[in-house]
Amino acid sequence: MRKVHMAPLTREEIMGNWKRRRGASSLDDVAGNGLINRRALLGQGFAIAGAVGAAGTVTSAAAEPLVDAPWGLEVGAITPPVQTPSPFEKNVVRALSNPNADFRTSHARTPHQLLGGTVTPNGLHFSINHAGIPNIDPAQHKLVIHGMVRRPLEFTLESLSRYPLVTRMAFVECAGNSAGMFAKEPLQAPAGLLHGLVSNAEWTGVPLSTLLDEAGVDPKAKWLVAEGTDAHFLDRSVPVKKAYDDALVAIYQNGEHLMPGNGYPMRLLLPGFQGNMNVKFLRRIKAIDQPAYTYFETKNYSQILPGGKTWRFHFVMEVKSFITHPSFGLSLNGPGLYAISGVAYSGTGRIAKVLVSADGGKSWGEAALQGSIHEKSFTRFVMPWRWDGQPAILQSRAYDDGGNVQPLRADFVAMRGEATNPVTTPLAFPNQHYNSITSWAVDGKGEIKHVYA
Amino acid sequence: MYTHKSLAAVALALAFSAGPAFAQSGGLGKPITEADIKQWDIAILPDGTNLPPGSGTSAQGAKIFAEKCSACHGDAGKGGISPAYPALVGGAPLTNGIDTVKTIANYYAYATTIFDYIRRAMPYNMPRSLTDDETYALTAYILSLNKLIGENDVIDGKTLPQVKMPNRDNFILPYPDRI
Repeated sequence: MRKVHMAPLTREEIMGNWKRRRGASSLDDVAGNGLINRRALLGQGFAIAGAVGAAGTVTSAAAEPLVDAPWGLEVGAITPPVQTPSPFEKNVVRALSNPNADFRTSHARTPHQLLGGTVTPNGLHFSINHAGIPNIDPAQHKLVIHGMVRRPLEFTLESLSRYPLVTRMAFVECAGNSAGMFAKEPLQAPAGLLHGLVSNAEWTGVPLSTLLDEAGVDPKAKWLVAEGTDAHFLDRSVPVKKAYDDALVAIYQNGEHLMPGNGYPMRLLLPGFQGNMNVKFLRRIKAIDQPAYTYFETKNYSQILPGGKTWRFHFVMEVKSFITHPSFGLSLNGPGLYAISGVAYSGTGRIAKVLVSADGGKSWGEAALQGSIHEKSFTRFVMPWRWDGQPAILQSRAYDDGGNVQPLRADFVAMRGEATNPVTTPLAFPNQHYNSITSWAVDGKGEIKHVYA
Repeated sequence: MYTHKSLAAVALALAFSAGPAFAQSGGLGKPITEADIKQWDIAILPDGTNLPPGSGTSAQGAKIFAEKCSACHGDAGKGGISPAYPALVGGAPLTNGIDTVKTIANYYAYATTIFDYIRRAMPYNMPRSLTDDETYALTAYILSLNKLIGENDVIDGKTLPQVKMPNRDNFILPYPDRI
């Protein structure tokens, strides 16, 4: 059997376990308040689990006789060259921080509570623009690599496209994502407002190491200044070490060229590092021997600690998860069977397991992990749950394969502190790098509130 | 040179094992001289590397500030126009809390960052419209407002990196292994 309990179960293990359980008359609850063993998700397990509901049988209302729907009685719309979501999905949009285009940063947050799976659709990928989105002609755009190199080089989208490209999944998360949770009182807001500054996509591009080798980087160069061609020429210092670890110059996002708000026509992708460092509209990389202390690494993206000391060059977005279903704004439709589901990710590796609680952390059960588990990428977890109609507090807690554990709120706050001033909106950034647990409290009517537990 | 750790790099090398790898063959990058990159090469380093010729004083900066900056940052950089536009003078002690507003005086590690960001990004609606002399003058004005330099000090490529910022030694590097 497995040596490390934290690793997800293999298919063989699950099937073996299932076979051993087939003779059992019921599936066990795995933790308090109705959490059902994730093995119930296999085969007919979910149905069995529902049928043996603790609160008696879960009965559905009787179905009515079927009639043909009007959309089946006429020829539908023409097939368009680019398809967009159904009009019935018109509420699935990003939440904006600056809809009137004032002279300041604008954010658009991913509506996680309205999405499934692990891939953020391109139109809904979060985007932060400190000086607007430039309208870049890809035929005119250039990327230069220079500074402490043997041969300064210029690249274009066309020349980058001729390299053997690599493809990987990666989340990108703003260092200020979930910052509203530094508030002393829990903000009442959907998952997409609290945690909408993280998204996950398949990125395709050229390994930065390939381009650096071609330019011949001086071994004495320890840093790169990466700079975009937005109206601020936004720049960040990036360790050369990261460039040779897993950095890409990305040109495709989920199979199509980058969205304008995500860096068209090329961006730096530093898997697991704070979003701002993944410089968009990338035009320049300069190899240097010291960090530049650019505006953003000097101010926004470093943290004040309790007591007044400050952190610099934190970089990594640490292991985290949050439940998207159910969550604030998605009320439950009566007692019965539900799937608790959400996303987990770690800037240092793969998700190893996710625990879920329905009783505010008194007991925990291990959730099933859906699909392939990629490093520095979303992994969706799911936990079957039989809601008995009583109050419940839902939580998730992620573990990565490096042994890092998402901290409990009490532990996190003890180390990183809480905002001193009242936080009135989830759009505020009292501090950075929040990765503690999110708790959703379900009341007897199935309404959901954000709580600290 | 560096050890290639990434599988991608290995895969690339394997893919081209029949011939020289892109890097050795000259690859697809087009050679360019540093002289041709000059207009883009704007990042200033904390030790003053890359600061341009020119200079400015607080008195010169005050005039430019009133004309081009105070509409957002308030008279004499006191803020108050909108929470989105930060005050450029003062700042509470960081011991007030983890959400203390970060300012030039209470937070920035290096004064070079001020010059770099003004030149790169300000005024917000007209970036790169200031001359280097104007940028030095505005930097001098802001430093003087914060009493980080004297009223009559000249700020240039030599003096700017020598300005000691109050919070410089307060930063902790929590993860040195990431660099």
